[in-house]
Amino acid sequence: MRSMFAIVIAALVALFAQGARADTELTFYYPIAVGGPLTKVIDGLAAEFEKENPGIQVHPIYAGNYDDARVKALAALKAGQPAQLSVLFSIDLYELLEQDVIVPWDDVAKSAADKAWLKSFYPALMLNGTYKGKVYGIPFQRSTIVLYWNKDAFKQAGLDPNKPPATWNEMTRMAEKLVQKDASGNVTRWGVEVPSTGYAYWMFQAFARENGEDLMNRDGNRTNFDNPDVVAALQYWRDLGAKYHVMPEGTVEWGTLRQAFTEGKTAMMWHTTGNLTAVKDTARFPFGVAMLPASKQRGSPTGGGNFYLFKKTTPAEREAALKFVRFMTTPERAAAWSIATGYVATSPAAYETKKLEEYAASFPQAVVARDQFQYATPELATFQGGRVRKLLEDAVQSAVTGQKSPADALKGAQSEADRILRPYR
Amino acid sequence: MKHVHGWLLLAPAALLLVAFTHYPAAATLYDSFFSTGTVVRPRHFVGLGNYAALAQDPIFWKVLGNNVAFALGTIPTSIALALLMAVWVNGRLPARALVRMSYFTPTILPMIAVANLWLFFYTPQIGLLDKLTSVFGAGSHNWLGDPHTVMACLAVMTVWKEAGFFMIFYLAALQSLPPELEEAAKIEGSSRWYFFRRVTFPLLMPTTLFVLVNATINSFKLVDHLFILTKGGPDNASNLLLYYIYQVAFSFFDTAYAATLTVVLLALLAALAIVQFVLVEKRVHYR
Repeated sequence: MRSMFAIVIAALVALFAQGARADTELTFYYPIAVGGPLTKVIDGLAAEFEKENPGIQVHPIYAGNYDDARVKALAALKAGQPAQLSVLFSIDLYELLEQDVIVPWDDVAKSAADKAWLKSFYPALMLNGTYKGKVYGIPFQRSTIVLYWNKDAFKQAGLDPNKPPATWNEMTRMAEKLVQKDASGNVTRWGVEVPSTGYAYWMFQAFARENGEDLMNRDGNRTNFDNPDVVAALQYWRDLGAKYHVMPEGTVEWGTLRQAFTEGKTAMMWHTTGNLTAVKDTARFPFGVAMLPASKQRGSPTGGGNFYLFKKTTPAEREAALKFVRFMTTPERAAAWSIATGYVATSPAAYETKKLEEYAASFPQAVVARDQFQYATPELATFQGGRVRKLLEDAVQSAVTGQKSPADALKGAQSEADRILRPYR
Repeated sequence: MKHVHGWLLLAPAALLLVAFTHYPAAATLYDSFFSTGTVVRPRHFVGLGNYAALAQDPIFWKVLGNNVAFALGTIPTSIALALLMAVWVNGRLPARALVRMSYFTPTILPMIAVANLWLFFYTPQIGLLDKLTSVFGAGSHNWLGDPHTVMACLAVMTVWKEAGFFMIFYLAALQSLPPELEEAAKIEGSSRWYFFRRVTFPLLMPTTLFVLVNATINSFKLVDHLFILTKGGPDNASNLLLYYIYQVAFSFFDTAYAATLTVVLLALLAALAIVQFVLVEKRVHYR
C-alpha cells in the first residue's frame, strides 16, 4: 500500500514539474505522398531538434496524404486542438487564407538573419507560398516534372542514347521511331507516355507553360483555360495519341506508369521527380532524366508541400515554430531529405553541401530538377482550388479520350471557373 | 415498471444509434438548407438553393446515371453467380471445402487490396488482362482509360468481390432446406431444373430478398476501389454518387453541397429499401 502511494506521489510530482518548466509545445501535422519509411526520418529530426533546443517540445503527427493532412489539420483547429504549424500542400494557400487560419512568416521573421533566410530558397519554390507580397509557405518537400528516357530503347531505335528531345517536334519524331510493334501490328512499346489521371491538371500545366502560357493569375482569382495557346497545348497532348500514335489513346494511369517505364513498355515518360529514387532502384536498364521539351519555351510546374504557420498561436509558439522550420530547412537537412526521397533540395546552398555534391556526381540525374527551376511556374492554385482543378482535370481527360475537342473542353472549363471565381475578384 | 426495464435494456443500443446514425442524418438535412460558411463569408440560410444548384449540376446527373448503371450491372450478375456457385458447391464434388474456400476468398480481402490487384490486371500491356488477350493476337487495350470500358471493368471487379459473399447466404439457406422435398420430387420424376425452378428457388426467396437489399446498398456504398483505380475518371465516366460526395466535401470543402448530395443519397436508398420490402415481400414465402 505504501509503495503504491509513493508511486502516485512520484507521478504527481513529475506531472507538476513538467508543467512548471513551461515548455513551449509545437504540434505539427505532415503528409507523406511518396513511399518509404519517411515517418521515422521526421521523428528523428524532431528529436534532434528537441535536444538542441531545450524548452521546446515538438510533436510531429503523420496525417496521411495531402488531402488527409489538410482535412485533419483544419478539423483540429476547428475543434480547438493545439496545432501551431503544419506541412500542407503548397496549393492549399488560398483555402487556408479563406479559412483565415494562417499568418505570414514575415510577421515572425524580423531579424536580419531571419529575413536573409526567407530569401535563401529558390524563387520558383516561393511562388506558390506568396500572396500579396507576403510569404505564407516555406518550401519543404517540393517536386517538379521531368522527362525520363530509356537509353537502351534509344539505342535500339538508332537514336543517340545521350540526347533526349529538346523540343516538342523532336519528341514527336523520336517517339515515332521508338514505337515498337509485333508481327501482327500490336504495339509492344510506346514512344512516350504522360499520365492523365490523378494529377492531369499538373501535367497539363507543363504543356501550357511550354506553349507560353500560365493557367492562372497571381491573385488566384482568374484562370486562362481558353487561351488559344492553351488549347493548342491540349491539342498536342491529344495528338500524341490520336494523330501520331506514339502514346496509348485514352487516359494514362499515374499509378502504374512507373512500372510501364521500368518494364520497358514505354521509351519515355513524364513524371514527378518524387519517383526518381524508385525508378533508380527498379529500372534494369540505363536511363536518363531531362528537362521537359520546349514548344515556345521550356517549362514545368512545381509541386509538393510547404510549412504553414497557424494564426491561433502565442508569440512564444511562433518564435519556436520559426526556430523549428529554420532547423528543418538548413542546407544539410534539405540535402539529406532530397537524397532520401528524390524531392528537390529547396535552396541553392543545399546543392553546395558536400553530401549532395557527391550524390550528384555519382547520380547526375538528381540535379536536372534544379536546373529546370529557371523555367518553373507555380502549381495551379486558385480560390476554390479543389473545384477549379477538377474542372481542368475533367476537361483534359475528356479531350485525351476524344469525348470533346480540346477547344470545347477548355471553353467549358473556363466558363465554369469564371462562375466560381467571380466572387473573389 | 415493466416498461422501464425494457427501455433500460434498449438504451445502450438506442443511444449509439441516435448518436451516430439518426442525429447525423438529421444534422445533414439541416445543413443542406444553409450555405457553406468560411471565416470570410459566414454561412447563411439559403432554403432550397442547394437543391436548385444540384438540379443544374451536370456532374450530379452523370454520376447518378453511372450509379444506376453500376447497380444494374452488378446486382443481377452477382446474385445469379452467387446462386449458381452455391448450388454447385452444395452438391457432392471432390475437394468441396477447397472449392467453397476459393469462392469465398475474394470476400475476405479488403477492397483497397482488391483494387490494387485489379489495377494491375487492367493496366495496358503489362497487365494480366492484356497478357491474356495478346495470346489470342488481340492488341493492347487501355481498359480503365477508355470511358466506354471503364464502368464494365469496375462492375466485373465488384461482381468478383461480392458474389462469394452472397454465395455463403445461399449455401446456408440451401442446407436448411428439408431433404424430403428432393426425395419426393425424385419419386414424382421431376427434372432437376423443374425442381429448382418450382421448389428450391421459391424457398430461397427470403435469402434472395436479403441479398438483393444488401447488393443494392453496396452498389451505392462501395466506392473504395475508385480511390485506387480511376478517381472517378476519365472525365467522370466512372464517378459514383458517394465518391462525388467525398470530392465535394473533402476536396472542394463545400460541406453544404455535400450535405445536400448526402440527403439525396439517403432518400434514394430509403426509397429503394421501401420498394424492396413492400413489393418483393409479397412474393416471399416465409415458412
